Amino acid sequence: MIRITRRVEFSAAHFYHNPNLSPEENLRIFGKCNNPHGHGHNYILEVTIAGEPDPATGMVLDLKELKEILQTEVIDRMDHRHLNYEVPELAGQIPTCENVAAVIWKLLLPRITTGTLDRVRVYESPDLFADCTAGNSNHTGGRA
Amino acid sequence: MKLSLTRRYRFAASHRLHTDRLSEAENHRVYGKCSNPYGHGHNYFVEVTVSGPVDPATGMIANLGQLDPFVETHVLDAFDQKYLNEQVSEFAPDKSLVPTTENLCRVIFQRLSSFPAAHLDRVRIEETSNNSFEIEEISDTIA
Repeated sequence: MIRITRRVEFSAAHFYHNPNLSPEENLRIFGKCNNPHGHGHNYILEVTIAGEPDPATGMVLDLKELKEILQTEVIDRMDHRHLNYEVPELAGQIPTCENVAAVIWKLLLPRITTGTLDRVRVYESPDLFADCTAGNSNHTGGRA
Repeated sequence: MKLSLTRRYRFAASHRLHTDRLSEAENHRVYGKCSNPYGHGHNYFVEVTVSGPVDPATGMIANLGQLDPFVETHVLDAFDQKYLNEQVSEFAPDKSLVPTTENLCRVIFQRLSSFPAAHLDRVRIEETSNNSFEIEEISDTIA
């Protein structure tokens, strides 16, 4: 089996706020990220597809095709957007990189018909990223 | 579907690769420049990966407000700007544990395994930009 990874970047704004908690609780849990004016990141998304190369093309999945899928499903939805207000798939969720990774996983899963979606990695900064994989556990992205 | 969160930390430390279990000639043969008696140092990067359910109230596996101070207290405060061979208890001269990055992985994994808010999945350490080491479980206890 071969794994191939495509990297794309998008920039977006977000902030963390749970309307079910008091302002004090929100500030205690989320700190600076609770700033209602929002702040932004240059997100880096790495998408890994696993599979066997097609004997005719030598490719697991044509990267051109993957690039187009990522453009439609992720970049068009999230690039230069406010994740709290403009991405319906994140509605009702705190837009942490865990939840962003889970949403991207769910968006890509039905679109990857050649090879298998192996991993979605979302870097919020060079020092913080979330991985979403098929896994064997019951861990799931939550909704607030 | 499984989600994990990885946070990247850094510390700078010196070490010497040398063991009393080998002769000087053997140490030199095995560790080469790394057995220089005066020691040498690295800028280490440590990636800590935790997994678990995402709390619907916070959207988080673990709050960095909890993870960062835990790593700082248990690892960074003890390792940063230190001489590993003499200033980190697990590598004290009487322990005979050579501070290779393999052993650093074991020690750091053990120190972080009691993190209460999520499951410790992996510790990955870059000793330089050209080499990295990772561990997902330890089978023995390091004194």
